[in-house]
Amino acid sequence: MINTKDLHEGGIIRDPGNATTYKTGDWRTFVPQFIEENCIQCMFCWIYCPDTAIELDTSGDKPKVTGIIMDHCKGCGICAHECPPAKKGKSALVMVREEK
Amino acid sequence: MAVNLKKLTQNEDLLAGGHRACAGCTGSNILRQIMLTAGPDTVVGGATGCMEVVTTIFPYTAWKTSFIHSAFENSAATVSGVEAAFRSLKKHGDLPVEREKMNFIAFGGDGGTYDIGLQSLSGAMERGHNMLYVCYDNEAYMNTGIQRSSATPLGAHTSTAPAGSVKQGKEQHRKDLTKIMVAHNIPYVAQTTPFHWKDLATKVEKALSCDGPAFLNILMPCTVGWHFDTAIGIELSKEAVECNFWPLFEVENGIYKINQKPKDPSPVADWMQKQGRFKHLFKPGNEHILEASQKWVDEEWQKLLKLEASGAE
Repeated sequence: MINTKDLHEGGIIRDPGNATTYKTGDWRTFVPQFIEENCIQCMFCWIYCPDTAIELDTSGDKPKVTGIIMDHCKGCGICAHECPPAKKGKSALVMVREEK
Repeated sequence: MAVNLKKLTQNEDLLAGGHRACAGCTGSNILRQIMLTAGPDTVVGGATGCMEVVTTIFPYTAWKTSFIHSAFENSAATVSGVEAAFRSLKKHGDLPVEREKMNFIAFGGDGGTYDIGLQSLSGAMERGHNMLYVCYDNEAYMNTGIQRSSATPLGAHTSTAPAGSVKQGKEQHRKDLTKIMVAHNIPYVAQTTPFHWKDLATKVEKALSCDGPAFLNILMPCTVGWHFDTAIGIELSKEAVECNFWPLFEVENGIYKINQKPKDPSPVADWMQKQGRFKHLFKPGNEHILEASQKWVDEEWQKLLKLEASGAE
């Protein structure tokens, strides 16, 4: 959390995108579990995620999903719902109730 | 240039996570997808509305580009002013950093676009500013508590047009804003949804590269206002196209082109049944509202086909 004492003059935010330091992960009831062997690397979960919470490795020739950014994932389930292998019963993203 | 997901992953995500949109909000996804295509040299202005509120709760901002918050009615006016200032500074060589081109994007919800911001939008489009206006249309004032707007479809339950023992939700059809924008004779007007990411990215690219104002109307299923499970927002935007409720089309210099023609359109009722805001329409005695909705969608689709055919001649 940003303290009011740390604010800049005029209320200017000098760090664009600083919302990443705000953790929305604790809103979750359900959490997506990434099953890498079922993943076909189609990137659908990444493009449809409203919370920029799909972790990608773009260093190689092809982009790769490596996991979920749990600090930001709100557990909406869009990724699991849109996952194409789910239609064949082999989803790479499965929603499970999160234990606190 | 053909768009594909592999190429898009190379672009920087300019809407950071940690914004305060509801779980399953397709609106923040729309912003993300647009910004992936638009790139970092973009000035964004937002009208008061969900997306402005959730992305810029002080002292946080989810935007990695510059962002200007304006009032409910004037995001188009604000961004058109920034665009004019940019042109003037460039002309006089006073830009602090040399830039050949900048993108100017104004966002507004359906309340801030269809109703409150219509006059400033109309003015900005008429003046011919080199900007893109994006309306994320969730078909009611979701941010303030789901009040009806002129984008709310017939029969939908909202807090100011509720379904009860006397009335059955909104009694009017929705306004066709996209066609109002076409009537401004601007270079580019289009309709799309977040499910059709390729279509969306292509349209943003076209809109930003055309010389003059452009307008995009994007359907945004709202989990809170439409009453559906958080996971199916993207799917509902796909089904809205499949039942012809929200046709994908673009109008380039006055020529209509429909981007997707469903071979066998599904009944609108199938799409409505998945949303709690239409729940009352499936009770006995309300069949006439469903029929009226289907009739309206069919008529609008026929009109659109005619408009496309007239341009092809």
